[in-house]
Amino acid sequence: MTTRIVELRRSILKKNDELAATLRQRYATDGVLVLNLVSSPGTGKTAFLEPTLRELRARGSRVAALVGDLETDNDARRLAASGAPVRQINTHGICHLDAEMIDKHLAGWEGVELASLDYLFIENVGNLVCPSSYDLGESIRVALLSVTEGEDKPLKYPTLFNSADAAVITKMDIAEPCGFDRDLALKNINQIRPGIRIFETSAKTGSGMEEWLAYLEEMASRRPS
Amino acid sequence: MHELSIVASVVDSVTESVQAYPGSRVLEVRLRIGALASVVVDSLEFCWGIATEGTPLARSRLVVKTVPVVMHCAVCDKDVNLEGVQSFRCPLCDEPSNDLRQGRELEIESFEIDDEINYESCLEKAEATTEKS
Repeated sequence: MTTRIVELRRSILKKNDELAATLRQRYATDGVLVLNLVSSPGTGKTAFLEPTLRELRARGSRVAALVGDLETDNDARRLAASGAPVRQINTHGICHLDAEMIDKHLAGWEGVELASLDYLFIENVGNLVCPSSYDLGESIRVALLSVTEGEDKPLKYPTLFNSADAAVITKMDIAEPCGFDRDLALKNINQIRPGIRIFETSAKTGSGMEEWLAYLEEMASRRPS
Repeated sequence: MHELSIVASVVDSVTESVQAYPGSRVLEVRLRIGALASVVVDSLEFCWGIATEGTPLARSRLVVKTVPVVMHCAVCDKDVNLEGVQSFRCPLCDEPSNDLRQGRELEIESFEIDDEINYESCLEKAEATTEKS
């Protein structure tokens, strides 16, 4: 039998990577800062985004959010209370968002033009594994971790934490009753992603939010205008 | 969890590329998967049979090569291999680094095809040409 080896050297997620590159270019042209928020289910991505959207709007910024879940539009309804345009993406069983879902939901989004936004937040499906492989063209990938999850989460999910640009610890208001070892958590995050910006926050008390908002404004001001 | 989508992308890609070799059957597909890619090789193999059914890849072998993480250490000014994915410090000088040069790959390296059918059809053509002349 004659056989032949065909060299391909092609990314398995080539289609996603190419579309993500196109989206990244579009975000840059339209001058919008896009953030992809990733965490386990229940970390509090939505609770963290609620005051983020509210406060940015109060400061005069134009914000919008896309929110991914397997089912229901509960999170979109919660976030829409901030007054910002919010669109739910239901993946119906798929464990992550991909560039095509983002492209499709940006396309048919009535009343929302990327060029008229300062910030677009993408709340990914709650999952610390699969979203790390799918580039959405974002400028900043944010990994969130709550005080109830265990300080070793970054060590258990190094792929995601290593690919993040910023880390947010949520639910700091209950850190003490949970026996949360803050120093150990910070050490573990730094071990997986040396030097990453870390925000210690509570959506309930508002602690740490000021620092987070200042970071967003600083990142937004670096965009070419 | 996303291994089935990964396998489906591989099947699509190879099916498309193999069209350049009409009548060929795919015998083997070779992937390069980075140690930091978060892909479970066992799950890829588990999905392989089902995902390739009814495609030119049916009954082919899947070979996965794991690619270690390589980071660049600015202090040593060289690329160094990391033993695992639990610490991103230079094994030589302990300097932390985020400058990864390898280890996130999700790549189709190559595939092997059975070229016999092509070969036979070539022979037939050649014979037909000879008969005519």
